Amino acid sequence: MKDPKLKPQLRFQINPGGWFEGGSSVEYTTNDWRLERPVINLDKCVGCLYCWIYCPEPAIIPLDREGRGPTKVEVDYDHCKGCGICAQVCPTKAIEMVREEVKV
Amino acid sequence: MCPGLSHQGHRDGQRGGEGVVELGERLEYKKMLLTGDDAVAYAVKQSRVDLVAAYPITPQTVIVERIAEFAANGEFEGEFVPVESEHSAMSACVGGALTGARVFTATASQGLALMHEILYAAASMRLPMAMAVANRALNAPLNIHNDHSDIMGSRDSGWIILFSESPEEAYDRVIQAFKISESVDLPVAVNLDAFTLTHSAEIVRMLPDEVIARFVGRPPRRPTLLDERSKSFGLMALPDTYQYFKDDHYRSMEESPPSIRRVEEEYKGISGRSYEPIKKYALEDADVVMIMLGSYAGTARMAARRMRSEGHKVGVLSLGWYRPFPKREILDAVEDADTLVVMDRALSYGAPANPLMTDIITMLYEAGMRKRIINVAYGLGGGEFTEDDARTLLEYALKEGPRREFFFYYGGRE
Repeated sequence: MKDPKLKPQLRFQINPGGWFEGGSSVEYTTNDWRLERPVINLDKCVGCLYCWIYCPEPAIIPLDREGRGPTKVEVDYDHCKGCGICAQVCPTKAIEMVREEVKV
Repeated sequence: MCPGLSHQGHRDGQRGGEGVVELGERLEYKKMLLTGDDAVAYAVKQSRVDLVAAYPITPQTVIVERIAEFAANGEFEGEFVPVESEHSAMSACVGGALTGARVFTATASQGLALMHEILYAAASMRLPMAMAVANRALNAPLNIHNDHSDIMGSRDSGWIILFSESPEEAYDRVIQAFKISESVDLPVAVNLDAFTLTHSAEIVRMLPDEVIARFVGRPPRRPTLLDERSKSFGLMALPDTYQYFKDDHYRSMEESPPSIRRVEEEYKGISGRSYEPIKKYALEDADVVMIMLGSYAGTARMAARRMRSEGHKVGVLSLGWYRPFPKREILDAVEDADTLVVMDRALSYGAPANPLMTDIITMLYEAGMRKRIINVAYGLGGGEFTEDDARTLLEYALKEGPRREFFFYYGGRE
């Protein structure tokens, strides 16, 4: 029989009042919230960074420019929740939302 | 302001470590004729408060006005922030406390209701702060007079809740509140009854500035927004973690009594004034005990004193602490009584009992004690309660009657 007074161990330390060291959300992944993943076609991407501006997370990471030319982007799939805003705002339709495969 | 407060010839005895002030050979006071509101403002001024954010509301207004005056005259060292609402007042206090500052606010009635949301944040974020609540009835009908429905509405917000019965006690309790809240990391609300305390002038034996300054010391270091290494506060906790925080907050309240007692004892050391979780009057062999919160307890004690001189075994118990609820102390005090008269100045519509009655009856049930209990709703919206009124109820309770009953007692003239 399970002990009703059992207090499950947390995988991280919590502080009274709920404060955390800054940047704690980096450790807290939200990738399992996602139903669809954004997939970027870098051939179509013109580096306008609309997706970077609109991403609420932010889970769009600008790639370093190599020399001249437009800045391309990649997705932080650990924190992207699959909202699809990036795909909506992309002027060149370079981002496609692809259904996540369900592992059973 | 009273320049005489920098007492010449004041002797406070040895200084203890950790802000502990030990009883000296001789204690000196400055006797002042102060209303409860004035007394609270002086307590705040003396307690080295860093931030006061408050919005005026009758009958708390004088507290805010006086502190604003102190600030304008350069007598108050901290920041005074005249906010645009009580919701903002409490929010500013939360922000202030997160920088490690010692903060204070005061409110009443509708103002406390408007703070309601942030009261929970302050408490569950475990932020030390003190608040004076000038207990006033809630609308409707509109009423500015005294009852306890405001604080009872915030009863479950997780604040430590103390009641005072005189301007001097309000002064003392506010000073203690800073030290209590900083020792247990919980906010403390000090209640003082509208008008009967806030606007009635009584002698307050004020302690010298430097004695209070040494008693309260500086707030202990805690994680703050200003720390070298950045921290996040007031984060979201989802179902997997939320309960851990509530568990922690709940336990901190359960474990707070020894710390509160320690502050009361230390305060006795600097003031000679003794505070305890409950005030007991003529309880030793009492058959009937009247249980009360707030300023009308003094009126009831007068009635009990007269009735004792006539041979009636009646006593009065009033609560200095309301949260944490001093169960053990009350049980020990009422163990031998036959009848309890539980006096509620707030209602809980449709509930099994009104707030104080609910607490008392739960406590008795847990202890396996069965007694005759009369629950009385009285003094709502400032309803009068004289010595004769207390006597009427005590005489009623001395006679045989039903084991449980509830009624509204209107008080005043027939």
